Amino acid sequence: MRTNPDPLFTALADPTRRTLLERLIRDGEQTVHALTARAGVSQPAVSKHLAVLKQAGLVRPRRHGRETHYRAEPKGLKPLADWMGHYTAFWEERFDRLENLLDRMDQ
Amino acid sequence: MIETETRSVVVERDLAHPPEKVWRALTISELMAEWMLPNDFQPTVGQKFSLRTQPVGGWDGVVAGEVLEVEPPARLAYRWGVGDAATGINTVVIWTLTATRTGTHLRMEQTGFRPEQERNYQGAKYGWSKFFGGLEQVLRRID
Repeated sequence: MRTNPDPLFTALADPTRRTLLERLIRDGEQTVHALTARAGVSQPAVSKHLAVLKQAGLVRPRRHGRETHYRAEPKGLKPLADWMGHYTAFWEERFDRLENLLDRMDQ
Repeated sequence: MIETETRSVVVERDLAHPPEKVWRALTISELMAEWMLPNDFQPTVGQKFSLRTQPVGGWDGVVAGEVLEVEPPARLAYRWGVGDAATGINTVVIWTLTATRTGTHLRMEQTGFRPEQERNYQGAKYGWSKFFGGLEQVLRRID
């Protein structure tokens, strides 16, 4: 059992960042420019959000000419599934112990 | 109402013991301590309780509980909170006991996994559950 592993959860806690990531997953690689056009926030804000996503291993930048392109790194989401897996493992183990206790209990 | 739009962990098992007996193991504090965690649980709706385990990292090892539903010997639900309200998790654990020919079918659902700050969740236009819907597709592609 453990609490949120950072920085993945910090990165995903923000709705704007989730929207940016979802768009990269759905539509593929895009420039900061293109992302900004649809983000509803300024380019520096988008760049800052992308930097947080990059730190969490969720996106990867690629420099091309004067533009920076970003693409999603869906593998970065893996720990999220693992985090849920911790709880499944916890309960599976507790079920074993419960069964063991029931065998020892009187009616 | 218990939220169902978020992610859940479900564990089910057929037990060779009657529901009444399983119910006791799920609701009597001393018995719970033997298989789950040390606790001060009481099966009374509204009752707050805590479950204690070893502190890990920044977490004090305390699970904060509150009894939500008590319907012996069929259904038990309680809140299961870890960490502080802003960054921790706030889930609900629901136990369902169904009598079978050989004993009891026991189902545990821990629901409400929503690993983000509460205020963000409240104000988010993009729902966490919606995001997870997409996430599951992504994870399927990775595997």
